[in-house]
Amino acid sequence: MTAAFYGGAREAFGVPAAVLGAGYIGYGALAYENGYSVWLTMLATATIWALPGQLILIELHALGAAAFAIVLAAVVSGARFLPMTLSLLPVMRDARYGRPVVYGAAHLIAMTGWAWAMRRCPDLPQEQRLPYFAGFAATCMAVSVASCPIGFYLSGAFPPLVRLGFVFLTPVYFFVILVGDVRTRLAAAALACGALAGPLFHLLSPQWSVLLSGFVGGTAAYLIQKKFRRSHA
Amino acid sequence: MPDLWLLVLACAAGTYLWRGLGVLLSGRIRIDSELFNWVACVAYAMVAGLVVRIIVMPTGMLAQSLLTDRLLACALALLAYYTCRRNLFIAVCAGVIALIAINYVRTAWVLLG
Repeated sequence: MTAAFYGGAREAFGVPAAVLGAGYIGYGALAYENGYSVWLTMLATATIWALPGQLILIELHALGAAAFAIVLAAVVSGARFLPMTLSLLPVMRDARYGRPVVYGAAHLIAMTGWAWAMRRCPDLPQEQRLPYFAGFAATCMAVSVASCPIGFYLSGAFPPLVRLGFVFLTPVYFFVILVGDVRTRLAAAALACGALAGPLFHLLSPQWSVLLSGFVGGTAAYLIQKKFRRSHA
Repeated sequence: MPDLWLLVLACAAGTYLWRGLGVLLSGRIRIDSELFNWVACVAYAMVAGLVVRIIVMPTGMLAQSLLTDRLLACALALLAYYTCRRNLFIAVCAGVIALIAINYVRTAWVLLG
């Protein structure tokens, strides 16, 4: 179990941690410019643990939006964690892990660890999956929290082109791990439908676009795949 | 300032709500069920929708670059991934350096012209 935890931590200590670190250096710089203290920047990263939600909070707060509207926007953007948790936990489930452990591990779920675990966990023995994920995701979080002050204090030091590179790192990383490592037809169909639906629904309603593209795109992919499976059965 | 701390904690609680609800409901889902397949589809579609939206219609700093440049950089990253034996480091570097280089050339071009 401890071996699996350290195994996960070791695998995080490479490209995943580097990309997250750079992303959170960018976040730290942005937080500094928006009047956060360095402690609040680190607290937000450890407790919210979702970069899109953290960026929404900064942007809406800077615009002077009402507190209720800000929290609502962050909660809506976090809705993706429901299907993400629902699709990852059954894979990692094992009788030896009690409720507190599972509820604790759920806090670590975010895009990087989720995408990595969805890919790696099926290859691991059942009892190693949860500690593997926990080691991976806890390392990601530790590196991210530690990167916040770097961005916070160096905010003015980066030339514009370097900052452009920093903000582009995270999306290009997700693009490559999602598209480059699709393992099943079902996942491929869902990624394609979501990729189409995301920008389309964003034009209709930016706030609800993530939820809508997930439900409509995901359901469409599921139905297409089901029909395809039946006609080839 | 104290209101900003409260705001952060409220957003954190609201975000964890979904993760906690996921734990609560996941006990009823079997991994070989149709429900699990559908939920996985919704999760992948949400994540893909968000990532593609950030690349195609970004906000903030990324919005200052051109859509064609961002798409070209993504394509190069994927190409590097497949040609370099699925090396994630090379792929991500290729994408980021491509975007920086294209923007550098564009800026230089404008200054010269």
